[in-house]
Formats: sequence, C-alpha cells, structure tokens
Amino acid sequence: MPEPILTIKNLTKKYGENVIFQNLDLTVNEGDTIVIIGPSGTGKSTLLRCINLLTRPDDGQIWLDNKEITARGTDEDKVRQHIGMVFQNFLLFNHLTALGNVKLGLDKVKKMSDKEATEKAMHELARVGLADRADHYPGQLSGGQQQRVGIARALAMDPRIMLFDEPTSALDPELIGEVLEVMRQLALEGMTMLVVTHEMGFAREVADRIVFMEKGYIVEQGSPNEMFNHPKFPRTREFLWKITELYGKKEKEAD
Amino acid sequence: MDFGQFISYIASGTVYTVGVTLVALPSGLLIGTILALLYVYGGKAAARVMNLYSTVFRGIPPLVLLFILYFAVTKGINLSAFWAGSLSLGIVSSAYQMEIVRGALLSVSGDQLMAARAIGLSRLQAIRYVVLPQAVRLAIPPWSNEAAIVIKDSSLVYALGVPEILRRAQLIGASSQRYLLAYLSAAVIYFLLVFGTTRLLAMLEKKLTIPSNP
Ligand SMILES: Nc1ncnc2c1ncn2[C@@H]1O[C@H](COP(=O)(O)OP(=O)(O)OP(=O)(O)O)[C@@H](O)[C@H]1O
Ligand SMILES: [Mg+2]
Repeated sequence: MPEPILTIKNLTKKYGENVIFQNLDLTVNEGDTIVIIGPSGTGKSTLLRCINLLTRPDDGQIWLDNKEITARGTDEDKVRQHIGMVFQNFLLFNHLTALGNVKLGLDKVKKMSDKEATEKAMHELARVGLADRADHYPGQLSGGQQQRVGIARALAMDPRIMLFDEPTSALDPELIGEVLEVMRQLALEGMTMLVVTHEMGFAREVADRIVFMEKGYIVEQGSPNEMFNHPKFPRTREFLWKITELYGKKEKEAD
Repeated sequence: MDFGQFISYIASGTVYTVGVTLVALPSGLLIGTILALLYVYGGKAAARVMNLYSTVFRGIPPLVLLFILYFAVTKGINLSAFWAGSLSLGIVSSAYQMEIVRGALLSVSGDQLMAARAIGLSRLQAIRYVVLPQAVRLAIPPWSNEAAIVIKDSSLVYALGVPEILRRAQLIGASSQRYLLAYLSAAVIYFLLVFGTTRLLAMLEKKLTIPSNP
C-alpha cells in the first residue's frame, strides 16, 4: 500500500473576488511523479505556491507526511525545508556562486558546519552534473545549467517532495533536454515529484499520473496511457492534442 | 608666518572634517538602513512614518536642522560641539541614506526573497543573506554621491565653532588678511577628500561586481 506524502483537501484560493480554485483535492503518494497540465491562468503555479505555503490558501487543508501544514501555529519555515521548489525562471541567488546557492540553506537553515555544507553541496552539484561549475556565478551559466543548480539547491535540503513549476519553459529548446534528464533521474531514484510542465514526452515517459487542470478544477487525472489514449472528457483530448502539437515541435528541435 | 605654516594651519582642520564625516556618514547609514528596512518590510503604517521622516528631514536646509538639533540635544545632555554637530549631520544624512537603501532594496526582485523562503530561510534571514547583499551593490553609486555631500556638509559644523577646515581658513584669512588664499586652500583640501573618497568607492564597486558573461 503506497503511503500518501501529500494530501490536499478542499483547497480554496481567492485573490480578492477572483476565485483561483475551489475545493480542490489531490493526493500524491510516496515516490510518485505527478505531472500537472492545464491552460495558462488555471492556477497551477498558485497551487504549488499554496503547497509550500508561499501563498496562504483561503480554505481547506494540506497534509505533509500526515501532518497538517495548514494548521494554525505551523512553523512555515520548517515546512518549506521539507518541500523543494524549482521555479520557471530559476531564481538563483545572483550574488552567490553555484556552490554558494546550494550551500546557503545548509548553512543558515540546517546549520551545518562549513565543511559539511560544502561537501553536501558539492555532492548535490555532482548529482546534476555541475561539480565543475561550482565557482561560477549564475550570470556565467547557461539557462539549463542555472536550472540544474536550482534543482541542486532544492535537493540539498533533502526534501520529502519536489515541486517543479514549468522548469523548462524559459529555456531555449536545446537546453531543455539536460534539465529533463536530471528530473528523469530523480524520478528513477524514487523522489516524489509534482511537476507542472508541458513537456509531453517527459509526462508520457516519467509520470505515474497526469492531472489535467482547467479554470481551477481538476478535469481529469489518470495514467499517461489513460490520459493520452482513453481520456474520459473531450476537453482532455483536445488539450493534450494541442500541447503535443505546440510543444512537440520544440522537443524535436531539441533532439 | 610663512606659506607652509599657513597651509598646515588650515590643513590640520582635516582631522575634524574627517572626524565629523566618519561619525555622520556611518551613523546616517546605520539609521538610514534600519529605517529603509522598516519602510520596505515593515508594513503600511511603518512606511507612512518613514515617508514622513524622509520628507521632513529632506525639506529643511541642513544648517537649520543642525542648529535645531544642536540646541535641542545639548539642552538635554552635555555634548561637545563636535559630537552634537556630527550626530546632527548624521541624522540629516540618514533621511537621504534611507532613500538610497530603500531604492536598492526595491530594485532586488521580490522573487529573490521568495526563492530564499522556499528553501526554508526565515523572512529575516532571507533579507539578511539574499536581499541585502545584492542591495548593497546597487546602493554604492548613489551612496558615493551621498558620501561626497556629507564630506562637504561637514563644513557646516564650523557654525558651531568646531575648528575644522573652513573654520580655520576663516580664522587665518582674517588674521593674515589673505582671504582668497585661505579659502582656495580649503577648497583644494575638500576637493581632494571628496575626490579620494569617490575614487575609493568606485574601486569598491568594481571589486564587488558580480561576475557574468558578456
Ligand atoms: N498575487 C496575485 N494576485 C492576484 N492575482 C493573482 C496573483 N497570482 C496569480 N493571480 C491570478 O491567478 C490566476 C492563476 O494564476 P497562476 O499563475 O496560478 O496560473 P498558471 O496556471 O500557473 O498559469 P501559467 O500557465 O500562465 O503559469 C491568474 O488569473 C492570475 O492572474
Ligand atoms: Mg504558472
């Protein structure tokens, strides 16, 4: 019986009058890779930001490892340590080297000694294939390299789950592959991942489940085979067809 | 009195000029930075108070403020003219430095703060270790400008009787009746101080520039 790592119940988020999503439910089991797809403005980023409490949901509950993190009095900083986040535009700390970026959390949050932190950070950089770029600043790295440092920075905290918000959509086509490869590897190693992406090749191959979100609702979810070959709703088929068409070209260029 | 004695009399005021600057500039930086942090991260009420502080202190000539602060401060505590003058100038400067630091803090994208929070840093840690180091770099050029202003404004404490460069130039000009030479000498010394300081800060700026590919 797989254990749920993340359970979301009745989650509601509004910005003023604007309801982004309402009564949303989602469960992520340990070791699963869930891919979330959906049109722009659907609330995918907002959902990820709610999960690691960067945005406060208006209603509903989120449990991480059977602990309710939306409960009053929760230490948010502690929760975020256990949830890794990778951003569309990388968001590396501009004034720190690749090593410095990965080390900061180890140093200030995990309070490791400098030696320990350096060793751990180098290990994470090696994991994403960038040990030789440790002393480079973000401005000296390609987009793909920056994103891999971003992944290493999140991994260094030994998170229970990794959230990816369109990690490759700001990249030139030829740089997408190296980032997806790192993510594929992570999935193989058993990392639990929640990935917003339009890379359908990745979704087909790596996802245990694809979740189709539209206008704040989960329209349909299922295995890649179910979603691609036997979707229950015409909207799902339409959308999948559209993005495969749209992003498939980009993928081909990348090959 | 020969020329050498004349010049060295004025130049010995440099100790005071530098002294006043070394008190006023850092105290203004300390106050200005704290106020800027409150302005940017302290919520609406704090922002309103800081805005008032900034508007008031920047809206009054420094010399007038200097007198007001001097007489207000020395009423309560026994302070020498040097300390009272220096601290007063520091307070005047703090309003300008607050605006400089505030501008720099706002120029660092809010996303940087979010990314820092995402790895578990507290708000305070995120500001301290991610936003501030980047803001400092952005603040150096405008701060260099303010440093030059404070060096020049340090001459205002002459009005309180502190024997700094301008005060000495005036005294020796009067006693020797060589006013022009006295003030020209003072001008040269001020210029060298300002020039040297801005040069040093330009070097610091260059040294702190974050490497990136062209
Ligand atoms: N801070 C905010 N304040 C007000 N409205 C917001 C805020 N952040 C997001 N929104 C709104 O919430 C809605 C959902 O945005 P979100 O970024 O979550 O969508 P998304 O599914 O990630 O879209 P995309 O594919 O373009 O990234 C949008 O209509 C957006 O305008
Ligand atoms: Mg988004």
